[in-house]
Amino acid sequence: MIRLEQRPEPSRVFAYLTPLMAVLATFLFGGVLFAVLGKDPVQSIVTIFWEPLFGEFAFFYRPQLLIKGAPLVLIAIGLSLGFKAGIWNIGAEGQYIIGALVGAGVGLAFYPAASVLIFPLMVVAGAFGGWVWAMIPGVLKVRFGTNEILVSLMLVYVAEQFLASMSLGLLKNPEGFGFPGSRNLQQYASAHNAEIIAGSGMHWGVVAALIAVIFAYVLLSRHRLGFAVRVTGEAPRAARFAGVNPNRLVLFCLGISGMLAGLAGLFEVAGPAGQVSIDFNVGYGFTAIIVAFLGRLHPIGIVLAGLLMALTYIGGDIAQSQLGLPAAAIQVFQGMLLFFLLALDLFTNYRLRLRRAEVA
Amino acid sequence: MDLSVINPVLLLAALMSAATPILLAATGELVVERAGVLNLGVEGMMIVGAICGFAAAVESASPLVGFAAAAAGGAVLSLLFALLTQLTLANQVASGLALTLFGLGLSALLGQGYVGVKPPRMPDVDFGPLAEIPLLGPVLFSHDPILYIGILLVAAVWAVLKFTRAGLILRAVGENHDAAHALGYKVVRIRTLAIMFGGALAGLGGAYISLIRVPQWTEGMTAGVGWIALALVVFASWKPWRVLLGAYLFGGIAQLQLNLQGAGVAIPVEYLAMSPYIITIVVLVVLSADRTAAPGSLGRIFHASG
Repeated sequence: MIRLEQRPEPSRVFAYLTPLMAVLATFLFGGVLFAVLGKDPVQSIVTIFWEPLFGEFAFFYRPQLLIKGAPLVLIAIGLSLGFKAGIWNIGAEGQYIIGALVGAGVGLAFYPAASVLIFPLMVVAGAFGGWVWAMIPGVLKVRFGTNEILVSLMLVYVAEQFLASMSLGLLKNPEGFGFPGSRNLQQYASAHNAEIIAGSGMHWGVVAALIAVIFAYVLLSRHRLGFAVRVTGEAPRAARFAGVNPNRLVLFCLGISGMLAGLAGLFEVAGPAGQVSIDFNVGYGFTAIIVAFLGRLHPIGIVLAGLLMALTYIGGDIAQSQLGLPAAAIQVFQGMLLFFLLALDLFTNYRLRLRRAEVA
Repeated sequence: MDLSVINPVLLLAALMSAATPILLAATGELVVERAGVLNLGVEGMMIVGAICGFAAAVESASPLVGFAAAAAGGAVLSLLFALLTQLTLANQVASGLALTLFGLGLSALLGQGYVGVKPPRMPDVDFGPLAEIPLLGPVLFSHDPILYIGILLVAAVWAVLKFTRAGLILRAVGENHDAAHALGYKVVRIRTLAIMFGGALAGLGGAYISLIRVPQWTEGMTAGVGWIALALVVFASWKPWRVLLGAYLFGGIAQLQLNLQGAGVAIPVEYLAMSPYIITIVVLVVLSADRTAAPGSLGRIFHASG
C-alpha cells in the first residue's frame, strides 16, 4: 500500500524538478490532445516550441518573445508577492486594462503636443491607474474584511465594460471615421513606447520587467518587507508575533501587483497594441497567474516561466495559421500546465512510502 | 426614455429565469463549502456544463439529454479539482483558478462547431388552470422544469443538511475535518462526493444559460456568473434559503439592467452592464462583517497523518 508522508522540510530537489516534470507531462498530454484534434502531435509541439526559436523565421519571432513575455513577467512578479503571503489578487486583467486606459488617456490629452515628458507622465499615470484599481479590493479587505479574490475578479468585468465605454466614447479617435478605438499611439511619437533597439523587441516594458524582477529578488531575499511576505504565507500566526502588520501587507501586496499590472497595460497600449480598443486586452492578467505559479513564485523562475508562456502564445499563433490548430487548444494547453504543476507539487512537500499491509 | 415599456409582470417572470443559473451554481457550491472545500472553479465548471449541455441537446434534439450531459460534464471536470485538492493535496485557491482557466479553454475548444446553432427548445411545465391566474400565473407558473428543479434542490439541500444524518456528517467534515476523521468518517470520500455534486449543479446552471436563457453558444458566455455564485454563498452565510433570496436579488438586477437597456435609459449600456458586478461588491462589503458562519475547515488541506 502506498502512503503519503509529510516531509519535515519541503524538498529543494523537487521544488526545481516539478516545473520541468509538469512541462514534460503537458507535452505528453498536449500531444494527445492535438492528436485527438486530428493534428500530428510531434509536428504540433515542434511548431509551437521549436519554430519560433530556431525555425526559418526565427529572426521575426524571437523579438516577439520579449514583447509577449514582458507583460506576463511584469504582472506575475507583482502577483507572486501576494500569492506568497496568501493574498490573492486575481483581478490583474482589470488593473491591466485600467492602467492602459489612464496612461493612454493622459497621452491622448496632450495630443498633438510634442514633449519628452509625455511618455514618462503616461508611465506614472498607468502605474497609478493599476494601483487605484487594486486598492479597491485592498481597502475593502482591510476595512471590511471583504474577500479580495471575489472583489478583484468582479472588477475585471467592470474594467472590461469601462474599456468598451471608453473606446466607443471619450477616447474614440475623432478622426477615426466613426470606427471604435482611440488614436494610434504608435503614430504619436511623444507617446509611443518605441523599441529601444529597433527590431529587437526590446521596449520600455521589457526594461520595466527586468527592473521589477531585480526589485522583487532583492526585496524577498534582503528586505524586511520580503521577510514579512514570506513569513505571513508560511505561518500567519508567527508573522503576527514577528510584528508584521497584516493590513499594511495586504495594501502593499495588492498595491504593488496593481501597479505592475497597470504598467504592463500602459506599455502594451502605447507600444505593441498601439491603441485603446474594445478587445486590446488578450488575457495576460490571467495567464500571468499560471506564470507566477509555474515560476514557483520566485523572480528568476517567473522570468523563465514568462518566456515559456510567451512561446506558447507565439507558437500557438504559428500552429494556428500553419496547421489550423484552434486558438482554444493553446488555452487548454496552458491550463493543463497549471494542473500538472499543482498536482506534481505533492512531491515537494510529501514523499510516497511503500508499505506492506500492517499486521495487527 | 420610456419606462412604461417595462412590464412588471414580465420582469418578475424573467427575474426567476435570470436567477436560476446563479441559484443552481450557488446551491452546489454551498454544499461543497459546507463540506469544508473552497472550489473557485465554479465559472469553469459552468462554462463546460454550458457547452456539454448545448452540444448534447443539439445532437440528441432533446434538452433533457442536454441537461443530463451538462451535469455529467460539470461533475467530471470537478473530479479534476477533487483529484488535485483531495489526493495530491494542492492549494484549493490555485486549483480552483486552474479549473476555471482550463474550463474556459476547454469549452472554447469543444464549442467550435456550435457557434450560431439553435438548440432544441425546452417546453414549459403545463400547470393547467394555475397558469391562468392573473399576475401569479405568468410569474410563477409559466416556466421550464429546470427552474422548478432548482428551487426544489434548494429545499432538498436545506432539508438534508438540517435533518439527516448524511447532512450532519457533511457539516462535521466541514467544521472540523480532524475530529470527523477521528470519528471514523471518510473525509476525502465525503468531500469528493460534495465536490462532484457542486460540479454537477454548476454544469446544470451553465446549461441553463446556453439552452434556455440565451439560447445559443458563444465563447465565455457565462461572463462571471460563476464568480457571482461564489460571492452569493458568502453573503448567504452558507444558508440555503438565503442563497435563494440572493439569487433572486441578482436575477432581478441582471434582468432590470437588461430591460433598462431596452427601454433606452439615458445611462450608457456599458454602465448598466457593469452594475451586477458592482452590486455584488457592495453586497459583499455590507455582509462580510459576519464571518462566524463560515465552516471551520473551509479551504484547509486535510491529510490524515500517521
